[in-house]
Amino acid sequence: MAILINRNTRLITIGLTGKQGTFHTLQSRDYGTNVVGGVTPGKGGSIHEGIPVFNTVYEAVKETKANAAMIFVPPAFAADSILECIDADMPLIIAITEGIPVMDMVRVKSALQGSKSRLIGPNCPGVITPGECKIGIMPGHIHMPGRVGVISRSGTLTYEAVYQLTQREIGQSTCVGIGGDPVNGTNFIDCLAMFEKDADTDAVIMIGEIGGTAETEAARWIKKHMTKPVVSFIAGAAAPVGKRMGHAGAIISGADDSAEAKFRILQECGVTIARSPAELGQKIAEVLKK
Amino acid sequence: MNVHEYQAKDLMRQFNIAVLKGGVADTPAQAVEVAKILGGKIWVVKAQIHAGGRGKGGGVKLARSLEEVETHAKAILGMQLVTHQTGPEGKIVLKVLVEEGCDIDHEYYCGIVLDRTVGKVAMMVSTEGGMEIEKVAHDHPEKIIKAHIDPATGFTPALGRKLGYALGLKGDTLKKAQSFFEGLYKMYVEKDCSIAEINPLVTTKGGDILALDGKLNFDDNALFRHPEIEAMRDVTEESAQELEASKFGLSYISLDGNIGCLVNGAGLAMATLDILKLAGGTPANFLDVGGGATKETVQKAFSIILQDKNVKAILVNIFGGIMKCDIIANGVVDAAKELQLKVPLVVRLEGTNVALGKKILAESGLKITPAGDLADAAQKAVAAAKGAK
Repeated sequence: MAILINRNTRLITIGLTGKQGTFHTLQSRDYGTNVVGGVTPGKGGSIHEGIPVFNTVYEAVKETKANAAMIFVPPAFAADSILECIDADMPLIIAITEGIPVMDMVRVKSALQGSKSRLIGPNCPGVITPGECKIGIMPGHIHMPGRVGVISRSGTLTYEAVYQLTQREIGQSTCVGIGGDPVNGTNFIDCLAMFEKDADTDAVIMIGEIGGTAETEAARWIKKHMTKPVVSFIAGAAAPVGKRMGHAGAIISGADDSAEAKFRILQECGVTIARSPAELGQKIAEVLKK
Repeated sequence: MNVHEYQAKDLMRQFNIAVLKGGVADTPAQAVEVAKILGGKIWVVKAQIHAGGRGKGGGVKLARSLEEVETHAKAILGMQLVTHQTGPEGKIVLKVLVEEGCDIDHEYYCGIVLDRTVGKVAMMVSTEGGMEIEKVAHDHPEKIIKAHIDPATGFTPALGRKLGYALGLKGDTLKKAQSFFEGLYKMYVEKDCSIAEINPLVTTKGGDILALDGKLNFDDNALFRHPEIEAMRDVTEESAQELEASKFGLSYISLDGNIGCLVNGAGLAMATLDILKLAGGTPANFLDVGGGATKETVQKAFSIILQDKNVKAILVNIFGGIMKCDIIANGVVDAAKELQLKVPLVVRLEGTNVALGKKILAESGLKITPAGDLADAAQKAVAAAKGAK
């Protein structure tokens, strides 16, 4: 079963005919993902690398019965493409694009409320259910089917964690990159709740970063609702203070959002913490033995 | 991106946000000219640097005569202004803002920022103006009143009343405050700000409300649609290395340690600094080469790292996804040869085309220490930096 995507997922790529869109769509198809179409305005009716192209998301959904969309549109136009997917009632939208203006995402976030869509990202590596379906830019070969869920705000750091698991022959149920932007579609708690319900997941790795309060909120949620073990690492303990966020940003959170504070709260809430990013695989192995 | 106070105030005027009359000057003579044009008997001379706490550092002075305007401008222009935000070396002052005086009745705080927890813009006000607002937030969170703005409805009169009454304002001043807040929100959205902070926001004895100071910060990702904001960029305020790095799509932040780092991905780059510290080392920088790095950007990254004379060893940590390890390996080899690299180099490669990448490094004839996993890489880099002295 896993979460979000599986072998029944029918993918379209928005921005298919661009260089990045083409490359990663083909990589996903090679991995086994069922790619049913793509959207590039003005190129509707053509076939690109064996994939039918449509002018609008609406047309693509009507013709292909797609139930997932991957966004590879440049930052200036990406929010519009996400809104187009929401308008077409696309159940799952995975936005890879990095560098979307924050105010654009504030409008997207508002449009998601009460819609039929779930957005993953933006600025994320995507989602993979190993052995079944890959939607995104992660290297497929480092993954292995199994029973550990992975959630992360980062790209390459997620690969690092997955690699450590696979080295120990600990497979993954689904790996979700929720993205590193301040406004995203799906947060840690959404994913934790899905993994908690998923019969194919036994434990979860949650990789966070300094800044914001997403990890501490997740920690409190875990304490209340999660029965499966969670291992967590927070990146940025050695990062310089104040480089990422200005004063007003620290006020609105009303709390300390350093790595140290997040580690402490996670630990208080019963999460197994990995102080070093090199310990993630080992810590998961330990909690699985218990 | 940051701008100066005088630039922020020019922008605020375009949105009918009340500010004092003033003008910018590069020389003491110009400062006197500005004061003459403004008229009146009292002026404020303010150092223009991208840092807060200017008053405490001696960068803001009250002048009661044109002679005093000149004296203060002379003292401030060219000074190394040290505040709690500049670091001990301070920042050189190249411009002053000369403003008319004003009869302050009360000081408040007003700020707009994104509230990440709900994905909405929030305006905050407080009666505790002019103070360090972080301290107020920590000691008296109840004294900060927030209003979240729905992007579909925009800033409503009701939100204006909520904030205005919370500050204890009445009558005409309340109405003026409402339009002040509305203008500030409009500017924040239309110009893609990431922070708009008015501290202090003041009421005058005459019943006006205006921004005595103004700090604006803009979303770098939205600058493509605001050439007028980009034109305000003051490169003298930015680190030369960070600026050069950004031209090549590299994200570089200088730190005070001795191990240079070259990593792909911001999360892994942060984690690399963390593990170096855990292994007993100190990183010299944060450097994310991004997802689409080429041989040329890797070379550029090396040359930027090596400009830092404290660097005693370099750690390359790459997890190839989109980026292929062989491309990184070629970049590393070329850079090491071209720059005649003298410091020890530890390289850890993993991911796409890793075997080919390792082969290129091994056959290069260069002295490169290969590392297995993340922990091994950190230990070898720390040992190399210690051995190099």
